[in-house]
Amino acid sequence: MTDAHSIRITVNGTEHELAVEPRRTLADVLRHDLALTGTHVGCEHGICGACTVLVDGLPARSCLMFGVQTDGRSVETVEALGTPDALGPLQQAFTDHHGLQCGFCTPGFLMLVTAFLRETPSPSDDEIREVVASNLCRCTGYQGILRAVRAAADARAAG
Amino acid sequence: MKPAPFTYHRARSAEEAVSLLAELGDDAKLLAGGQSLVAMMNFRLARPAALVDISRLAELRYVRVHDGELRIGALALHRDLERLAGPGVLAEFGMLRRAARYIGHYAIRAAGTFGGSIAHADPAAEWCMAAMLFDAQIVAHGPGGDRVIPAASFFKGFLETALRPDEMIIEVRLPAPRPGAAICEFARRHGDFAIVAVAAAVDSEGGACRDARVVLGGVAGTVQRAVGAEAALIGSGLDADAIAAAAERAAAETDPPGDIHGSAEYRRHLVQVLTARAIGEAATYA
Amino acid sequence: MHDAPGGPAAAVPAGAAAEAPAGTAPQVPAAGGWIGRSLRRAEDRYLLTGRGSFVGDHEPRGTLHLVLVRSYVASATIEAIDASAALRQPGVAAVITAADLAGVAPLRGVLARPEFVATDMPVLAAGRVRHVGEPIAAVLADSAYTAEDAAELVGVSYGELPAVAGVADALAAGAAAVHEAAPDNVLVDVTPASSPGLDDIFTSAAHVVEVEASTARITAAPLEGRACVAAFDERTGQVVLQTSTQVPHTVRTAVALSLGMDEHQVRVISPDVGGGFGQKCVVAREEVLAAAVARLLRRTVKWVEDRREGLTSGFQAREQFYHVRGAFDATGHLLGLDADIRCDVGAYSCYPVTCGVEVLMAANELPGPYRLQVYRARSRGIATNKTPIAPYRGVSRPQAVLAMERLMDEAGRVTGLGAVEVRDRNLVDAQEFPYRNVMGASYDAGTYRESLARCAELLGHGSWHGVQARALAEGRLLGLGLACFVEPTAYGTASFGMRKMTIVPGYERATVRMDPSGSVIMMVGTHSHGQGHATSYAQIAADALGIDPGRIRLRQGDTELVPHGWGTFASRSIVAGGGAIARASADLAGQLRAIAAHLIEAAPGDMELADGRAQVRGDPATSVPIDELARTAHHAAHLLPDGLGRGLEATAAFDPEGTFSNATHGAIVEVSPETGGVRLVRYVVVEDCGVMINPMIVDGQVAGGVAQGIGAALFEELCFDESGQPVSGSFVDYLLPTAADLPDFEIHHLCTPTPRTPTGSKGMGEGGTIGAPAAVLNAVNDALAQVGASVGRIPVRPADVVAAIAEAASRDPADSRRKTQ
Repeated sequence: MTDAHSIRITVNGTEHELAVEPRRTLADVLRHDLALTGTHVGCEHGICGACTVLVDGLPARSCLMFGVQTDGRSVETVEALGTPDALGPLQQAFTDHHGLQCGFCTPGFLMLVTAFLRETPSPSDDEIREVVASNLCRCTGYQGILRAVRAAADARAAG
Repeated sequence: MKPAPFTYHRARSAEEAVSLLAELGDDAKLLAGGQSLVAMMNFRLARPAALVDISRLAELRYVRVHDGELRIGALALHRDLERLAGPGVLAEFGMLRRAARYIGHYAIRAAGTFGGSIAHADPAAEWCMAAMLFDAQIVAHGPGGDRVIPAASFFKGFLETALRPDEMIIEVRLPAPRPGAAICEFARRHGDFAIVAVAAAVDSEGGACRDARVVLGGVAGTVQRAVGAEAALIGSGLDADAIAAAAERAAAETDPPGDIHGSAEYRRHLVQVLTARAIGEAATYA
Repeated sequence: MHDAPGGPAAAVPAGAAAEAPAGTAPQVPAAGGWIGRSLRRAEDRYLLTGRGSFVGDHEPRGTLHLVLVRSYVASATIEAIDASAALRQPGVAAVITAADLAGVAPLRGVLARPEFVATDMPVLAAGRVRHVGEPIAAVLADSAYTAEDAAELVGVSYGELPAVAGVADALAAGAAAVHEAAPDNVLVDVTPASSPGLDDIFTSAAHVVEVEASTARITAAPLEGRACVAAFDERTGQVVLQTSTQVPHTVRTAVALSLGMDEHQVRVISPDVGGGFGQKCVVAREEVLAAAVARLLRRTVKWVEDRREGLTSGFQAREQFYHVRGAFDATGHLLGLDADIRCDVGAYSCYPVTCGVEVLMAANELPGPYRLQVYRARSRGIATNKTPIAPYRGVSRPQAVLAMERLMDEAGRVTGLGAVEVRDRNLVDAQEFPYRNVMGASYDAGTYRESLARCAELLGHGSWHGVQARALAEGRLLGLGLACFVEPTAYGTASFGMRKMTIVPGYERATVRMDPSGSVIMMVGTHSHGQGHATSYAQIAADALGIDPGRIRLRQGDTELVPHGWGTFASRSIVAGGGAIARASADLAGQLRAIAAHLIEAAPGDMELADGRAQVRGDPATSVPIDELARTAHHAAHLLPDGLGRGLEATAAFDPEGTFSNATHGAIVEVSPETGGVRLVRYVVVEDCGVMINPMIVDGQVAGGVAQGIGAALFEELCFDESGQPVSGSFVDYLLPTAADLPDFEIHHLCTPTPRTPTGSKGMGEGGTIGAPAAVLNAVNDALAQVGASVGRIPVRPADVVAAIAEAASRDPADSRRKTQ
């Protein structure tokens, strides 16, 4: 039964029904079956975090999860955070503070931090650094990312 | 880096999971948080023919005190231990909360499970060390019902445990509190598996140490106790000299491997340094 | 790092940390317009919303996925390849070996100089493999999963040969030869400098200081690995290769040469690129292979490098060994420098820059920012059975600076002058610019001494000994390290020509075109992959054209669309690309002024462009909107005399003579004597890259570079066993720094505009990486000197620190003077 399983997943609020081979990672399902290529794949072994998405609200490496596991569950990806014409607040903070260069790791950071700020609305600088250390960025030295997360948290706190 | 093919089976209960394991045979594996297993599958270093997904068994996600013992459901997430709360629990099992902070980072802790870590049996894993430190009772569910395996006989070798192919961990029990417990680690980088980790627990009365437990991680195929170090502590006043002597014993009684992150000699050195630190810190909570 | 000795700010000298790191708050417009402003990047909006376009995102229906069968032995003959089982797998379309690629030429990077041995890098191994990971066969299947399954079934019979896994092995008597053409395994052996009288100077010098330094093999590890999607377009007869590269035109040249096609038959498109750092500024075998297979099968072929491949088979860098001697007079002035440099270049020469790239740059640039006219250097590139090297951000400069700055620290100790004073006495002074160095390079003006003084001051150097001593009394080892360097950037054809490569890069060419609505498209051959060119270039053009940068767009990364150019590497883009944009924009501005002058009957020389209007200088009442000029030039050209309008476009080239940025980096570290762990407490950069087009982007480049340099100093290392097997094939074993491993960087700027570029800007993309290893290593050694220990290799592994301390402790206390090894 390595044959395809029929699954139903909700991605960014839209329900999809599709047939997936069990071994197909959630990252590949999102990118190639659902054409949501904003989620990037950087290492396929759970270290870099570029593929981080939210599954039922918690951050998940979509390279370490099979699409079939998300049957009946809810997935959020970077495409849900805003549009080029209407950036979400975290995205706005990233551009304000130069939190991205090549942009490849960026969606993973955005999803990671989105989950974090939802449950930790007033984080300390140390907490921010610890969370940002979950993922790898090779361009920025994390300086802009840390500033952006701080600013996003502060803006949120200010209402 | 795509995994080899496998069949996928989602269990609706622990009973169903073990019957699937029995039915699917030796090449079937349980899938919980997947943080280690799936990475290994992507490298094709693990290639189970079948996966039994137990991640939906919400009834196995809990951490609770029962008759003075702490019972941790197999599917408790690392973050559930990180968020351990309540003054009593924190006083008695607070080491778990401190240990959780060493596990990977935010995203890993939101996905990885306590039972998965115990079953994976990495020799530097915090939960395996904690299991040894607390004399955990590991409850394995199999076709014939539950059996309780003491931690001391659970970890058999590198990524090898006493679990039978058709058994799953459903719960880990820490039978007695250890208020005076601490874990100290050293890794090259934040969030990495430790090069060496040491967990220690001490219990003293009237200034004299009456019980001690020292567990080493990253120095052998499995987590292991430093019994010589423990013996050196018992009866001592947990003063600096006693701690130093115990740390020296711990280093002397290990024969760690070397790899690109640290030679055998360096690991032995770290055992000494971290044993002293862990005992010293444990004593502050005792 | 779990081990965190001391409090977070415990080691920060009072009064030195107050100045905030250079921020990214909006800045007031600099005089003259858009240049100098930290504009938000034009690229960000689509990247932040997942609307970018990376090669791996592309997967047209019917795509075949290419997975490589790679050698798992370091040196062997290939006796047989059996693809039959793979071909029986459902979904497998083909298995391609060298035998199928007859007529596809190997990549051959050549330096036309006698000290260089040219070697071929086959696209697929033909009978012989020379490193683990060398591609042997390509499996094509309908999914990446199926292709990987089938690749496991391809049987390769190897005739194993002895392998040389390091420089010492390769140079040993009787060592196996990696290439028959180089029986001694020396692929490059140059002595680019050999000043007469050097030996006499060393004989008579008051002080001779000697250091060794070595640096581990590391890799750029961009978060997006390499990737290709290749197709054959029957309509145009073209191979269309989408690839993640820094150098689209160079890839086109290589593919055309290898496939025996004219360049117009190859179209290279490089969309968004997820980091490159040099690794993608050379041509990979897989790029040529994808193009060849697409042509052969007439199918769309997709290859996406996975991380294991990236860390084992992707180009590597930096494995170098320095032995450097400096002769100093009694007052600490450097009189002569003598260096022997060995570089482990791996098994093949990359195209086009060759395996000589590190070898030549190491020797040429060792003297750095110091006044020196007597120099001897021998530099060798040694072949080993390891993955080939290619440029990586800074190329040899991080290592050369490491060696030179170790020498300066040691000279400071030997002469008693200390680290700051000995450097200050030897740095080229402001009065001496332009300074012709011993290798003939002409340094434009910089702030070598000023940056040192500023950095030392920011770090509290004056009170450092007290801070350090107080910490030591508490059992804590603090260290302060400095690194001064000059960063030669933006080589033009003259400089590159001296290397004697068969293709000589250096110039850049830009077309700036205004459309009838008054918006502008810039087309240029550089290729931004994180550097924000769409933003910076628009700022340059906006100032010339007097329009808002929001109306100026960049087109890049398509050989069909942009002028022939050389891509983005070697800190060249803001100089070469920006220079070409500035020139073309000035030309276009002249056209606009002429049209405006005609329409309002004024002299073109009296016209100025500003705020979207053309006007007689100082007389806004006479103005014409630039949009109207654009419409007139296109849609009402009959109103204009011949020679004006009829389109609005200008093309210009810029071939830089080379600019020289400078900086001083300073680090404060705390070393745990117990675990050997090194914690960075502060990191300060004082740099001068001339005019900053967009300071926010400059800061970002510096910060990213510093992080990579710290990675090299403390974490990153590609390890091999003695048989040449790589053992760092994952991010579990190859350690990139995380946010928790780095401090907040304090970045400060000095500005010496260069007369050599239209904007006054100098290149700066590599500087962060160049200074950090030396600053960190010197800081570690400053800490360790207190216990008589030192380390001379990076990365500084905790085990090395513990061993060095133990070794020092075991020495006779009477002989506890530190030894520099």
